[in-house]
Amino acid sequence: MWSELKKAIASFDIPADWIGIRAVKETSTTRSVRDGLPQVNGKSFTVGAMLEVLVNGCLGYAATNSLELSYLQHAAETAYKQALAASEWWIHPFGESERPKVVGEYKSPYLEPLDALSPGEINDLLVRICQTLKVDDKIVQTIASASTIERESWFTSSNGSEVYQKILSIGTHYGATAQDGAVVQQRSNNGSQANCYQGGLELLKQENLWHRVRQIGEQAVELLTAEECPTTRTNLVLAPDQMMLQIHESVGHPLEIDRILGDERNYAGGSFVNKSDFGNLVYGSPLMNITFDPTVPGEFASYGFDDTGAVATKEYLVKEGVLQRGLGSLESQARAGVPGVACARASSWNRPAIDRMANLNLEPLNGSFEDIIAGIEHGVYMESNRSWSIDDRRYKFQFGCEYAKLIENGKLTKTLRNPNYRATTPEFWHSLIQVGDATNWQMYGTPYCGKGEPNQAIWVGHGSPVCVFANVEVFGGGS
Amino acid sequence: MKIEELSALEVSFNQLIETLLIKKSENEQFTVKLSSERSQFTRFNHAKVRQTGCVADGWLELTLMADQRSSVRQFPFIGNWDVDWQLAYTALQELRDELILLPIDPYLVLPSGNNTSREIHSGNLLADELVVPTVLKLVAELDFTGIYAGGIVIKAYGDSNGQKHWFATDSFTLDYSLFSTSGQAVKGTFAGSNWDISAYIAKISEAKQQLELLSRPAKELPRGQYKTYFAPAAVADLLLMLSWGAVSEADIQQGNSALAALSRQEKKLSPRFSLKENFQRGLVPRFNELGEIAALELPIIEKGHLVNSLVNSRTAKEYQKIANGANGSETLRAPEVTTGNLGFEQILPSLDTGLYVSNLHYLNWSDRHTGRITGMTRYACFWVENGEILAPIENLRFDESLYRFWGDKLVDLTNFQEFIPEVGTYESRQLGGSLVPGMLVEDFTYTL
Repeated sequence: MWSELKKAIASFDIPADWIGIRAVKETSTTRSVRDGLPQVNGKSFTVGAMLEVLVNGCLGYAATNSLELSYLQHAAETAYKQALAASEWWIHPFGESERPKVVGEYKSPYLEPLDALSPGEINDLLVRICQTLKVDDKIVQTIASASTIERESWFTSSNGSEVYQKILSIGTHYGATAQDGAVVQQRSNNGSQANCYQGGLELLKQENLWHRVRQIGEQAVELLTAEECPTTRTNLVLAPDQMMLQIHESVGHPLEIDRILGDERNYAGGSFVNKSDFGNLVYGSPLMNITFDPTVPGEFASYGFDDTGAVATKEYLVKEGVLQRGLGSLESQARAGVPGVACARASSWNRPAIDRMANLNLEPLNGSFEDIIAGIEHGVYMESNRSWSIDDRRYKFQFGCEYAKLIENGKLTKTLRNPNYRATTPEFWHSLIQVGDATNWQMYGTPYCGKGEPNQAIWVGHGSPVCVFANVEVFGGGS
Repeated sequence: MKIEELSALEVSFNQLIETLLIKKSENEQFTVKLSSERSQFTRFNHAKVRQTGCVADGWLELTLMADQRSSVRQFPFIGNWDVDWQLAYTALQELRDELILLPIDPYLVLPSGNNTSREIHSGNLLADELVVPTVLKLVAELDFTGIYAGGIVIKAYGDSNGQKHWFATDSFTLDYSLFSTSGQAVKGTFAGSNWDISAYIAKISEAKQQLELLSRPAKELPRGQYKTYFAPAAVADLLLMLSWGAVSEADIQQGNSALAALSRQEKKLSPRFSLKENFQRGLVPRFNELGEIAALELPIIEKGHLVNSLVNSRTAKEYQKIANGANGSETLRAPEVTTGNLGFEQILPSLDTGLYVSNLHYLNWSDRHTGRITGMTRYACFWVENGEILAPIENLRFDESLYRFWGDKLVDLTNFQEFIPEVGTYESRQLGGSLVPGMLVEDFTYTL
């Protein structure tokens, strides 16, 4: 691949200051079963290249779904014309420092290759999961799915960059719907598509799989007769599978520097955070330590280099409650003049890179799950996201979960259904009063983080321990 | 895309279908779906260009069916027969190897119709190099942000039963916001197949007038219930929720639908509320993944009653229903909400005191089975007193059931509709949009 891409760059007859090619090949599979019957069996293959051309500080791009030389040449000419046409109106003069020379390689760790099981064997497993989920006649629907991705990318440029990355990832999902008359409840394994990791087919069978599958089915039925979550203000304990969403929406997105610079205002929105807040803003309680960390083995959004060639390193975004830096690529750092991270990523070859969050983790402190619950006189414990909404400045949010337990006098007691909570971002993170330890730190991920114009859905990872927030507004479902 | 490029794609696609027909075994059936585009995407911020480029993309989806089993392969399609056929033939062989390993699918639907269609909608778009100066010269002094997306989109279909469809359209969308210095914004969309500079000038002039209203200090409202007028763009946002776990017959059958209670006639909507699928505008293909053609019109909710859900052939087979040409995910493709009696001049007097909501943001079910939706107000939303707009509002979170705002709390709908174009670009440029009126609602619940 390298020789073909280098040959292409050498052949371009355009007076550009810099040229880059990011070629991507991706094969993904999706298999899903409902009520023990096959729904989807498929494999998708995509290949293409994104060409970027820098002319007088202005970048233009063109993407093509063929790696043949003539197509790459045509794309380079198109990208050049795009840059020229925009040169009078360009938002910031970029240079090669936003596309540094870098050479390196990153490969996901894995034990078993993605084809270690045949399509038939994977379907058999999914069918068995569905059968095991159906613990009761009140289970009216069971679902199970597995998806894999093998993605290779090659980034090369006229200033000598050569980056090869190979990412293997797998996502699994299963859940049950229970119904009794008009009452319908759904329960899944940590929320929709939350079990997404880098690795091989060894991830298909997680530890205690069958115990967990039965538990999900039983909890779906249990929710049918559970009490509604009360409407009150109380201590809210969030499991790591809900903390994933909380971190993503109310820390990750507001810290994206391209949002702060206004790029996203027409689509995903802006941010309540300003450029001047970096290094100053007390974002939350002193227990809050959030890192940007693409180096965690097996976490869904790990990588060695971003899509513009910046080297990925672990950085604190929030340390002991104080905002340190933002999620800004080299381009955003140049425009905003604030520290950022290696986060320029694109969903595929056909989209330009923008600021993305990669893995965003809440660092563990102390407290086992049992100790945390034992220390709470009254509260609600919630698991697994089912509803999310937050305003365009990432300020006022409302999230809902699948499953909850009342906490009374240091013990988990009644099961609660339709649990929801709402708050504003600063109020909420300032109410963080306890952060669990490494024993209850768990990581999840999602392939569906949406952003950008044109739109891009990308994969992110989030890890967190169990956390306690004081005096939060919680409430139940409708009637 | 030049006409010869378009022609090369169609020739290669047709040849591929013909060759697959020759190669297929007697017990095999197949469908082929094509999605292709040549698009320019130019992104703006602060009336400058943030990113600009072109994307040439295209892919085929080959589904092979045999012995009550099926599987799918998706692969690139570039319009070069040698390359396209090589990928297709590899996919065919892989599918044959895989099918024998898969479980039997009792609800597999084979292609069976004899539909054919060919629609080409030509446009008159801005030349690539003219997009930036044409769009920005008019707004150079404003805080203008958004995206221009334009070019040709192709959707096509062929199958082993001889059905064939080809739909190509040349179109653009300019989806933009104009911000005031206080951070309030006016949202606009300008879309079509012909760039009309006078229409663009008129759009921006209208937005500038709204921007002046937004320069007043914003009013912070306490949570509570307010009479609210929802402009058509906000109604379109609420309407889109019906494609996510509501109007799908599979969702109704499987316990996933917000309209299950309406379906069971346990709850009802206002007799003022009617919804239909209306393909008369011809902005989206009428064919689905099995080559079936939807009726030009399909009533869904008539005077508050659910008269049809969206039923694709697979759902029909599983639940013994009659299919109505719905797509695989049973989502609305050309929705239209019927008008009411509220005239444009009557909107503010009828609202009297309450909220004028132009747009909504980030909607989600907060309790799907009771039809409860949460989300935020966003862009050009105002506090109105005695029929007069007084001030923009700070954004408010709402949490309310569709059984209330399209039920007994629905006061009226406007006697005019607006077409709200689909501007989404996930995977590829989306087509179509919603035709909707504005609506006036009593006691809408705002929570934060």
